[in-house]
Amino acid sequence: MTDLDLSFTLNGKPVRLHVRPDARLLDVLRYDCGCTGTKEGCGEGECGACTVLLDGLPVNSCLVPAFQVAGRSVETVEAVAPEVTGPLNRTGTAQCGACSPGIVVMTRWLREHPEVLQDATLRQFMSGNLCRCTGYDSVISGVASVLDPKETAGGEGTSA
Amino acid sequence: MGIGEDRPRVDGLDKLRGAAAYVDDLRVEGVLHGATVRTPAARGRITRIHFDPGIPWNEYVIVDHRDVPGKNHVASIETDQPALVETEFRHKYEPVLLLAHRSPAALRKGVQGVRLEYEPLPAVEDPLAGLTSDRIQHGPDNVFKRIDIRKGDVNAAFARAAHVIEGEYRTGAQEHAYIEPQGMLATSGPDGVTVRGSMQCPYYVLKSLCAALGRSEREVRVIQTATGGAFGGKEDYPSVIAIHAALLALKAGAPVKIIYDRQEDMAATTKRHPSWVRHRTAIDEAGRLIGVEIEVVMDAGAYVTLSPVVLSRGVLHALGPYACENVHIHGEARLTNSPPYGAFRGFGAPQTLFALERHMDAIARRLGLDPAEFRRRNLLRDGDRMATGQVYRDGVDLTRLMDDALEHAAYAQRREEFKRFNASHPYLRRGIAQATFMHGAGFTGSGETMLASEVWVEGHADGTVEVLTANTEMGQGAFTVLAQVAVDTLGVKNEQVKVAVPDTHRVPNSGPTVASRTTMVVGKLVERACLDLAAVVDGVAGRSFSEKIRAWHQAHPGERLVGRAKYKTPPEIHWDDATYQGDAYPCYAWATYVATVEVDLRTYGVQVTDFVASQEVGRVINPTLARGQIQGGVAQAIGWAILENVVLKDGAMANTQFANYIIPTSNDLPPIRVFFEEQPTPYGPGGAKGIGELPMDGPAPAVINAVCDALQTSIHEIPLTPERLMEHLDGADHD
Ligand code: FES
Ligand code: FES
Repeated sequence: MTDLDLSFTLNGKPVRLHVRPDARLLDVLRYDCGCTGTKEGCGEGECGACTVLLDGLPVNSCLVPAFQVAGRSVETVEAVAPEVTGPLNRTGTAQCGACSPGIVVMTRWLREHPEVLQDATLRQFMSGNLCRCTGYDSVISGVASVLDPKETAGGEGTSA
Repeated sequence: MGIGEDRPRVDGLDKLRGAAAYVDDLRVEGVLHGATVRTPAARGRITRIHFDPGIPWNEYVIVDHRDVPGKNHVASIETDQPALVETEFRHKYEPVLLLAHRSPAALRKGVQGVRLEYEPLPAVEDPLAGLTSDRIQHGPDNVFKRIDIRKGDVNAAFARAAHVIEGEYRTGAQEHAYIEPQGMLATSGPDGVTVRGSMQCPYYVLKSLCAALGRSEREVRVIQTATGGAFGGKEDYPSVIAIHAALLALKAGAPVKIIYDRQEDMAATTKRHPSWVRHRTAIDEAGRLIGVEIEVVMDAGAYVTLSPVVLSRGVLHALGPYACENVHIHGEARLTNSPPYGAFRGFGAPQTLFALERHMDAIARRLGLDPAEFRRRNLLRDGDRMATGQVYRDGVDLTRLMDDALEHAAYAQRREEFKRFNASHPYLRRGIAQATFMHGAGFTGSGETMLASEVWVEGHADGTVEVLTANTEMGQGAFTVLAQVAVDTLGVKNEQVKVAVPDTHRVPNSGPTVASRTTMVVGKLVERACLDLAAVVDGVAGRSFSEKIRAWHQAHPGERLVGRAKYKTPPEIHWDDATYQGDAYPCYAWATYVATVEVDLRTYGVQVTDFVASQEVGRVINPTLARGQIQGGVAQAIGWAILENVVLKDGAMANTQFANYIIPTSNDLPPIRVFFEEQPTPYGPGGAKGIGELPMDGPAPAVINAVCDALQTSIHEIPLTPERLMEHLDGADHD
C-alpha cells in the first residue's frame, strides 16, 4: 500500500505526515504524533478511552480512519486545561487512569457545551466511557464539580 | 497528618493529563512487535505446523519451545504449565509459537499465515461431569487440590435438627476487563534481560523469567510501568507474556513489545473461577445454625496456577460471619480444558459467600423469619469460634453493623412500601435485601510467614525520604497510601516522601500486590521501616527530620541511610496447614451491604436502584481512595451478578468484546453509598485493615436476594441475565 499525505491541526498546531490508507486516527496520534495520552481500551468503539475532539465533537479515535481528519482539527487530552483535570483529581476520578483521558476529554466537551445538559443526565452522557475501577461515583461527582465549581461533591483535596 | 488525610492521589494528575507512561506508551528505538500463535481447540496433540509459503518468513523472528533456554514452564505454585506448547496442549488459545516483526501489519499477516494441524484428544468441559480414563490429565482424578475443614460432630447435629435445608448455587466465570490490556516490553543487553510492563507482582514475574531463561536474579530485571487496572488479572498471567517477550528479544537481539488487544486479552488470559457450592444446613427450634455441611467445587481450568490458594480462601470464607459448632467444609479445585482460571478480586471468597448469603435468605424464607432476624440469631459474637477454630476477637459488634446498614437503606420502611407497590403494579416489582460477610486481610494461613516480606525506607542526601517496596500501584492507591503512612510515621511533609517505582534491581521483595495485603501488611512494614530509619538519625542534630537526614549524610559521605523492616508473625497468630486449624487471617474486614432493586417483568431486566455498602475496615487511611475502592468493587460485583456472562466455546471465552461482554456503565448503576466504621487493628499501620477485595464479596448475594425478595422466588445461579431470569420464571417453582 502507498502512504497518503495527511495534514491536520493537532492541539492547535499544524501537522503533516505520511500515513497508511488504513491507519486509524488513534494509532497516528499515539505512534506518529507522540500523543500517547489517548488510550486504546477496545479498538471498536465501545470503551471511550480513545475519545478525542474532532472539529470540536467527541469521537472514538479508534473508529476514525486517519485520512478523514485531513484539513480538520483534532484535540487530545494533552490540550485539556487544569480547570478540568484539577477538580477531577480531587474527587478521585482517576484510579488506574486507563479510562481517564477519555473521561477528561468528554468532561471538557460538556464544559464547553452546557446547553446539552438539558437533554440527558451526567450518568447518561458519561455512559460511553467505560471505567472498571471507580464504580463511576467519583467520575460523576468529578464532572459535576468541573461543570459547577461551587458544587464540590466528594473528597476535598488538600496537600499539606 | 498523613493517615486519615483526604489527600489527592500522588499519580492522579499525571493520569488525568495523559502523561502517565503505560507500557504501550514507551517509545523504544528499533522495537519489534511480538505476537502469539495459539492452539485452536480445547485439547489435542500438534502434528504439524504449516507456514504459508506466500509469506517472507525470513523477515520474522520465530520462537518455539526449543528456544527456551531454561525450563519450559511458567513457574508458579507448580510447574505444570508450559511457557510454549511442545506437542500436547490442554486448552484453546494456549501459546505455541511467537512471532516478531518491525511492522504490526506484517505481524498480523504472519499470525494468520501459520496453521496448526492437530489430533484432538477428549476434553473435560464440566468439572462436575463423570470422568473417563482418557480425560485424566492430572493425578488419579484431575483434582488439583482438596481441602477439608472439620469442627464438632455434624452427624449428631443433623440428627437433632428441627429443620434441614439444602441448596445448590452456581457462579459463572468473570473477566477482569481492566481497561488497559496486558502488555510487556523486553530488552536484552550485556547486563541481562530487562522486562517492563503492566503487572501486579514484579517478583512473581522475576521468578518465572529466571526459571524459563535459566538466568539468575541479577541477570534479569523487572520494572513495573503504570498499570491500567488489574484486579487479580495481572497477578500471574504477566509472567507468561514476560517470558514470551524476553524469548523474542533474546532471539531477535532487539527490543520486543507484546501488547494484547482486547480480544486476545479476553480470550487468553485468566478469569474468575466458575463455582458450584452445595449447602446442607441443620437448624434448631430457636432458628440457630447447629450443623453446616458445605461442598465447594471450583473449575480450575487446565493448569494448577493459583487455584489451590483460590480454593483455600474460598473454603475459609464459606461459613462467613456466622457461629456454628458443627461444621464440615469440603472443597475441590478440578481440572477442565479451559484456559486456567486465576486470581480475581476476592479470590474464591465471592463464590462461597454468594452461596452462603443466598442460602441464608432461602433458609429465612423457609422458616418464615425476616432474613435480618435470622442473621441476628447467628452472627459471630466475641469469643465464638469460627470454622477453623479461630476465636472471634475483632471486637466488632456485627449485629450493630448490620442494623446500621439496614437503617441507612431504610430497610424496614421499604419492605412495607414494596409489599404494597408489588401488589398493585402491573409489571414492576421492587425488592430490598442484604448480605453480611467478611474478608480476611493478608495472605491465608502461614502465607505471610513464608513470604517474609521486606521493606526499606531510604533517607536521601537532599533530605527526602523514599519508600522502597515491590508493591505496585494499579489504580487502588497503593503509592498514595504507603506515602501517607511514611508521612505520618516520620512527621514530614507530603512533598518530602516519594514511593519508588517497583524495579527488582532497586526494591526489596515486599511480596505480591494481592490479597488485600498492601495497606495492612506492607503498610505496617513501612511504618516499622520508618521507625528504624528514625532510630538511626535519632541523635543527629536538626530541627526537622529532613535536616537530620541531610546532617547524617554530611557526616557519612557516600553511605546509604536505610531503615528496614521484615515481616514477623505476631506471636498470638497460629495456623496449622495440615489440619486447616487456627487463625486463617490475622484479622478481617466486616460488612453488610443492602441492595434495592426493581425488576421489569416485561423485559426481565434488573435495575439496582440503591446500594448501601457499610463496613468496618479498621482505620481509614485516605477517605476518598477508600470510598473509591469500595464503589469500584461494588460495581464489578453488580456486573458479575446481573450482566457479565462469559460464553464458553471449546472451553474458552467466545464473546471477547465489550460489545458482547457487558460490564456496567455509569448509567447501569445507582450511586453507591459508602459508610465506614473504624475500629483500629494492631496489624495495620495506624490501625488500618485491608479493604481491596471486601467490596467484591457482598453485592452479588445482596442484589440476587433483593431480586428474590421482589419476585418471591429463589434464584441459585449468576449471572442473572434477563434470559436466565425469564427461563427461571417460566419454569419456576415460585416459593
Ligand atoms: S479504544 Fe476506542 S472506543 Fe475503546
Ligand atoms: S480509573 Fe481504571 S478504568 Fe477508570
